[in-house]
Amino acid sequence: MIRDNLPALQIVVPLVTAPLLILLRRRGLVTAFVLLATWITFGISLALLHQVLTDGPFAYALGGWAAPWGIEYRVDLLSGFVLVLVSGIGAFVCTYSPLSVALEVPYRTYGSFYAMFMLCLTGLLGITITGDMFNVFVFLEVSALSSYVLISMGSDRRALPAAYRYLIMGTIGATFILIGVGLLYMMTGTLNMADMAGRLDSVEHTRTVIAAFGFLTVGIALKMALFPLHLWLPNAYAYSPSVVSAFIAATSTKVSVYLLIRVFLTVFGVEYAFRDMPLVYVVMPLALIGIVSGSLVAVFQNNVKRMLAYSSIAQVGYMVLGISMASVTGLTGGIVHLFNHGLMKGALFLAMGAIFYRAGSVHIDDLKGIGKRMPVTTAVFVVGGLGLIGVPLTVGFISKWYLVSAALQQGLWWVALIILFSSLLALIYVWRVVEVAYFEAPPEGREAVDEVPLSMLVPMSALAAATVVFGINTEFTAGVARAAAEMLLGVGG
Amino acid sequence: MDFAAAVEQYPALTSFLGRYNYWVVIVLMMTGFYIVIARDNMLKKLIGLNIFQTSVFLLYISMGKVQGGTAPILKEGFSVYANPLPSVLILTAIVVGIATTSVGLALVVRIYDAYGTVEADDVDERDEVP
Repeated sequence: MIRDNLPALQIVVPLVTAPLLILLRRRGLVTAFVLLATWITFGISLALLHQVLTDGPFAYALGGWAAPWGIEYRVDLLSGFVLVLVSGIGAFVCTYSPLSVALEVPYRTYGSFYAMFMLCLTGLLGITITGDMFNVFVFLEVSALSSYVLISMGSDRRALPAAYRYLIMGTIGATFILIGVGLLYMMTGTLNMADMAGRLDSVEHTRTVIAAFGFLTVGIALKMALFPLHLWLPNAYAYSPSVVSAFIAATSTKVSVYLLIRVFLTVFGVEYAFRDMPLVYVVMPLALIGIVSGSLVAVFQNNVKRMLAYSSIAQVGYMVLGISMASVTGLTGGIVHLFNHGLMKGALFLAMGAIFYRAGSVHIDDLKGIGKRMPVTTAVFVVGGLGLIGVPLTVGFISKWYLVSAALQQGLWWVALIILFSSLLALIYVWRVVEVAYFEAPPEGREAVDEVPLSMLVPMSALAAATVVFGINTEFTAGVARAAAEMLLGVGG
Repeated sequence: MDFAAAVEQYPALTSFLGRYNYWVVIVLMMTGFYIVIARDNMLKKLIGLNIFQTSVFLLYISMGKVQGGTAPILKEGFSVYANPLPSVLILTAIVVGIATTSVGLALVVRIYDAYGTVEADDVDERDEVP
């Protein structure tokens, strides 16, 4: 019974938890419920991925209404993989969060903060699991509206305009997606992705479908902060509460990248998206500009969270670059980087949250000597930073390895050079923090800070450890990513 | 000669007028979009966003219209029905739009409390001074 309904439970558990949290007034109860719900959600996603790996992809008819009329949840390798990432980050971040949230968020909003958090998780999981185009839009807005609220809860007042700007740009993006879905529905008469893919063949060269393709591309690009549509991202990441930065940076843009893969490759098909449309000439240059400019701007940031945010723009560039090469190796690189970057950025932002918890600032000048005061936190930051650079034995190396070899396979040696150049820039901005943290004496007249409590150390160290484990043993991540890429491109298995 | 017959002599004009609902959609969409981009006042931006979203509601609703079709209720004597699905979909989107507007307005109230202005440029300016 439970096993059969796992796909629905994946969404229902966090969704039902959200209103409960507002009703529960006591902090301890709220925390207990959040932890329970997020870990159950994580468990469900692992079970779903296991089921896909053993039995192959499967569909779930919501409410018993058969597709294409009813809403269908579809779990295949790619969505199972992203579900594990999102719910896993959710569980780790939640385990870390209570102390940090208690410090940064006003007492009376504790319950509603977590309610928003659960809704955001619901939305992101929903986008990933659903097989229905309109359902994507609904879940997109569920996650987006809750993340606007979450971001605005930051203790700095600049969080407010940041959330407002995200609201404006996010809504434009979502509305573009809505227009695209509407135009596709107009031409195919269906909203089910698999059904739509089948019916698009006969009408794919009409102007309506081409317009739909354009609207969807721009809308999703806005959501995932692809250069030059990234303007909402830096402040939103920099000024939101630490826990929110960690969760959103590690999951939100990744889910949008997932959606891009889904729409391009499942709905439109690789032939249409990459051969018939001039997408390669638009998306690949934008991804490359994003990679270089994001890293370049990150070098000059003094607010470390803002620096990580710009680095995220560059990392989204890597993922899109991998997708735009439309080869198995490239797509594997994109998907594996989606997963790896989620782990790295989660660990990095959690480390920053820990530093903010103790030092009350994430400005680079306030990090002087922090390496001696908070050795574990700084070590987590260094491990995550090494991943961003792409040092061997970290996950960052694996993704860059795939991306560079995909570029070389197609003779795009200059793309490989740009990836290496951006890695050098990453070395510079990570080094700036490392230098300050380890080699400068703590400023005089400031209170000495201690290491954060164990409840924060463990989840963040676990994420950092995961970036090393998956950097050494790539069987799971790269294996699943490659199988997913082969499935999407319709070759091999 | 009445108007309809006069128009029919010009095929380009007929095809233009025959899609007038879509023209309304485009005009509204661009109006809203322009307001979002060009206005500095955060409240006006939200109103522009609303107009922008409303145009999409119209796009969906006119999509479901079948010429000569009745409301989709089973009744003897009627065989042509309008497609109810787009209207139902857009009902969801309207709710989403309302939620977006209310969150946006709440944010503007908070921004006014924190900054004493709702002009985007002024807000940016006030943050530059450390």
